This record gives sequence, structure tokens and C-alpha cells, in this order.
Amino acid sequence: MANKRVDEPTGTETVGHEWDGIEELDTPLPRWWLWTFYLTIAFSIGYVIAYPAWPMIDRATAGVLGWSSRGDLAEDMSAADMARSGVREQLARVSIERLPEDSALMQQAVAGGAAAFRVNCVQCHGSGAAGSQELGYPNLNDDDWLWGGDLKAIEYTLVHGIRQSGDDDTRTSVMPPFEGAFDTEQLDALTDHVLALSGKADASLLGAQIYADNCAACHGVRGEGDRAQGAPTLNDAIWLRGSSREAIKRQILQPRMGMMPKWEGRLDPVTIKMLAAYVHSLGGGEDFVEVAEDPEVEVDEQP
Amino acid sequence: MTDPVVEETVKGHKRLERNITLLAVGTFVIVAIGGLVQITPLFYLENTIEKVDGVRPYSPLEQAGRDIYIREGCYTCHSQMIRPFRDEVERYGPYSLAAESMYDHPFQWGSKRTGPDLARVGGRYSDEWHVQHLENPQSVVPESVMPQYSFLKETELEIGDPAATLTALRRVGVPYSDEDIEKAEGDMLAQADPDLDPGDLAERYPKAQIRDFDGNPDKLTEMDALIAYLQMLGTLVDFESAAPYEELAEEKGR
Repeated sequence: MANKRVDEPTGTETVGHEWDGIEELDTPLPRWWLWTFYLTIAFSIGYVIAYPAWPMIDRATAGVLGWSSRGDLAEDMSAADMARSGVREQLARVSIERLPEDSALMQQAVAGGAAAFRVNCVQCHGSGAAGSQELGYPNLNDDDWLWGGDLKAIEYTLVHGIRQSGDDDTRTSVMPPFEGAFDTEQLDALTDHVLALSGKADASLLGAQIYADNCAACHGVRGEGDRAQGAPTLNDAIWLRGSSREAIKRQILQPRMGMMPKWEGRLDPVTIKMLAAYVHSLGGGEDFVEVAEDPEVEVDEQP
Repeated sequence: MTDPVVEETVKGHKRLERNITLLAVGTFVIVAIGGLVQITPLFYLENTIEKVDGVRPYSPLEQAGRDIYIREGCYTCHSQMIRPFRDEVERYGPYSLAAESMYDHPFQWGSKRTGPDLARVGGRYSDEWHVQHLENPQSVVPESVMPQYSFLKETELEIGDPAATLTALRRVGVPYSDEDIEKAEGDMLAQADPDLDPGDLAERYPKAQIRDFDGNPDKLTEMDALIAYLQMLGTLVDFESAAPYEELAEEKGR
């Protein structure tokens, strides 16, 4: 068996065995391949030394570079923070009331808010912030506000949410269900009256009376709404749950009320401020009317 | 192999190549080393078994929702694992900890996402949004390719025996107490019905959200269970006061 010989046509040695005259060449591995193989072994040794690799008793070896995926993330995040720190620090320092005075900073805030809006808000308010007039998500482009449309009110809504359980400062109110309170005629008259507030139907004495008794306390005598309790304006063409007679009736009998999650804790205060600036900039943002009442402005020193 | 010439000339590695039993044993030993080195440390390395405050087993209703999640194949498009990368952390929130899926059977990790990651979807949307979105995803997210699941709202939740589900999970290591198992059915009904007395449900399952989830208090539907599950995802660990989280970020050797 051990009959190695050099094969003449190829000049390569045979492995030395032979069956019925068939022999096998012992062609050596290509050099480039062999050396690449040795290099990968050398690389892996270097890798094990440099990076976390080999499991030990209670943790893997740390590696001389001190790399960890979580540490790497922390570095990434702080590098990103540093890159934005100028703007973010300024934003952290300036109170939301004073923000409009610095138009360059306001512009930065609006741009940052637009980015955050696309990640966190579009799912309900829509990518153009147009909301839905059927599903109950407010349009943020118009000048109709449930809870107030100045920068501070918007920021408050973002921080505490609307009807957010577990937050004592959340914006909250409840419209009672009027199921069973009216007979068909009364309900028709009331629906007409609600539509009449925006000139879409003829008002009737009966409807006006029922409205005054049951609805005016929150929605206002002329349907102007009440921001203190988030009661929607009824005398304009903007609707949250549909403007058809059926939709209005349904809303009277079994009101559905929107809920917005609070973003405090989920987003940092500066991002919330930027979001407020963005939403304010969409078209319906209002100026402050109550600044004089609250001259003491808390300044958050934390960047 | 008894041929003296062969005995004499076949040595070393060649011997292994010519004896099938030796080859099988050798192969097994080598593959086993590779497997052991990769798998064994996961059972004792600190970062894979770290305990985190707040993580608890699923309540029976949440577990029922989880089973629906798996039945409907939500995992084929949605992962529940936020990796420690800046883009993921900025979009989804703090990265997932191993402990957060310690009671998951089976886990829902992954990085293949057609839809977004759901590891921290809890509390991000209102219950009503979830109902609208599951009924018709395109009504709230026009560009979505998610199919509609409106039947969930019509289908009554039928769990033959919630206690049996919990018992099965206990066998694989989820620490349900005897009381949890005894009260499983009552817990499940009470969590989605504000009219029922939940008893000590909230003590046994801290942070359990007790309310009607699908907007129809008269009926316990699969929608209730699924939304109860979605609304608790990622809400158990308090990251605002997460001292351990800071420590973990600095820790080396992972």
C-alpha cells in the first residue's frame, strides 16, 4: 500500500494507495488558501484578546479594549447628545413661554419636533398631523383646540396626556352618556340643534331647550366649547367623531372620549418641548394670553 | 484492520478516517465542545440571568392575549427585542433586558421586522387606537401592510381552563403560586370587566391594568385579551428609576 510515487504528467505525489490501477494524487492545498486559513486563526486569537469572548466562571473575558454592546450604545448616545448639546442645552434653559422670542432656536426646535413627531405621533394624528374627523384624533393643523393651543398648553398635554390613568395631573373630563334620557323626538330635536349651531340645520325651540338644560354647561350656550374641561366646540365645521346625524346621536347617547398617552418618562423634556414647538407651528398655534398671570417661570437647568 | 501492514502504516489521523466508530465518536466530541462553549455559559453568566425588579409572570388574561398573539402569527412581522443600538433605542425606548422575557414561553425575540418592534408598545397608544388599528390598520396608518383582525372583537374569549395554562407554565419554571392557579379563571374575567371585583389581582400581578379594553364591557372577547397583553408589554420595569440600568451600561465583559 505504501507505494508513494511522483505522477509524471502532473509532477504531483500520489497518496500511495491503488485500486485496480486507479491512484489518487495528493495535491497540496493552494498556498493562498492555506495562508488565509492560518490568518483567520491568528485573527481569532487577536479578537479573543481584544474583545469579550471566552466564558469564564461568572462572566466572559472582558477583552483589553473594554468593549461592551451596552457601553458602546452609551457612547453612541452621548456622542449624539454632544452633537446636539448646543441646541438641547439652550432649549433646556429657555422656558417654553420665551421660546418664540428666539426665532433661530424656535426653528431648531420645530425641526427636532418634526422628527420626533414622525416617530411618535403619526400613528394617531396622521403623517400630516391631520388627525381623523371620524376616529377621534384631533387635527393639529387647524385652530380648533380641545385643551388649549398655546405653547404651554400643548406642552402640558404632551407631558401629562389626556385621560392617562396613573397621572394625577392628566387632562381629564367625562361626558355622561345620555342613553335613555331622551325620547326619539327629543333626540332628533337635540341633534338638529347641535347641527344648527354651525348652521347645518334649522333650530327648534325644543332642541334649544334640551341643549340649554343638558349641554350648555360644558359646550357653552352657543356651542363654543370649554377648554378648561376639554369640551369640544360644536359651532364650527370641525368634528372629532363624525358630523352625520347618526354619528352625533351616537356620541350623545354613548360618548366616546379620546385618550392620549403621557410622554413624560417616555421622551425627555427637551424632545417634548420640541414637539410642542412643532405642533404649535403647524398652523393653529396660539399666542399666550395668560403670561401675565404666571410670571414666575421655572427654568429647568438639566440639559 | 487486522492486516499487519495496515496496522503498521495507518497511524494518527488516518486511523480516525478509516474507522467509522472512531470517526463518529471524534465528531461528536468536537461538535459537543462547540455547543457547550456557546450554550452552557448562558445558564450562569450574569448578564443573561440578571434579575430585574418589576418583572412578573403574565396574568391569565395577558397570557391568553399572548396565546392569541402567537396563534395569529404576529411574531412573523413583529419582534419583541430592542437591541442596544442608538437607532432602536431612540425609536422604541430602552433596550430589552434578558429578564424581561424570562417568563416567555416561547420568547418573541427577533430582528426580522416587517412591522415595528413591540417590546415597549404598552401605554404608547390608547385602547381605542388598538381596537381601530386591529380592526383596520389602514384607517389609522394608511401606509400599513398589516392585515385586518376585526374578528377578534366578535370572537368571545374561550379558554377551556386558564388554570391548566398556568399549571403548564409552572412546570416549565414560571413561579405561579397555588393561589394564582386557583383563581386563574376569576382573575381572567375580572381584569377585563370593571363591574367584577378583582380581589387581590393587582397585588399578585403588580401593575396589572384592570379595565375593559375593547370598548365593549358586555363581552369578554379575544380583542380584550390581546389588548391587555399589548398594553402591558415593556411596562413592568421602571426605567425612570433604573439604577440597575445605569450599572449595566457600564459593565464590561458582555
